[in-house]
Amino acid sequence: MKPTRVTNSIRALRFANGEMTQAELADRIGVTRQTIIAIEHGRYSPSLEMAFQIAQVFGASLDDVFQYPDPHTEK
Amino acid sequence: MSFMGAEMAYEEKSAWIMMLVTVGAYAAYLIIVLGRAEGIPLTDVSYVSALFWTIGVAIVANIVLHMVVAMAAPKDAGKTDQRDREINRFGEYAGQAFVIIGAVAALGMAMAELDHFWIANVIYLAFVLSAILASLAKIIAYCRGFRPS
Repeated sequence: MKPTRVTNSIRALRFANGEMTQAELADRIGVTRQTIIAIEHGRYSPSLEMAFQIAQVFGASLDDVFQYPDPHTEK
Repeated sequence: MSFMGAEMAYEEKSAWIMMLVTVGAYAAYLIIVLGRAEGIPLTDVSYVSALFWTIGVAIVANIVLHMVVAMAAPKDAGKTDQRDREINRFGEYAGQAFVIIGAVAALGMAMAELDHFWIANVIYLAFVLSAILASLAKIIAYCRGFRPS
């Protein structure tokens, strides 16, 4: 399977938000802990709705949580 | 990665159960039918009871193993989310190919007036291969990652 170019800062944001556990984040957005693990490791690309839900939990914007390389800045 | 481990989602365990039970049941069926075939043509072997029994036992084993998995991790039991549903759809879609191949093969065999033994067995094999491929596709998607496109 083609690797995703989307990266994320979920792990860092969890620690910055009172060391939130993967299980807590999973409960907040209504998914399994394994799905949070898969997203953190780039093994699952969440839907746009789930991405917004994750960003809302951290009170952050989508860009703060998920990053995508800008093709104009890449060689 | 451990089969009953907490690192595995309930639906991933479910895919493992489906694959192991299907392989086990079909292996038992082959052992029974081929065991009865000693000295007589394969088409004369009584296969219907073995087929029904192995399917019945597979259904019961599937239910029992799901109950065991649910009791081992009650918090995760029956929990599914968007990723599980997407992986499930992907797996079932992959497995469906064998059902179609089996149906076309059975149709051809019926038109060629082959023995019922072969027609029944090609359909059974198609269902088995479909279940194995679907489970395998799901397991790989859980382990290697799944990115809907």
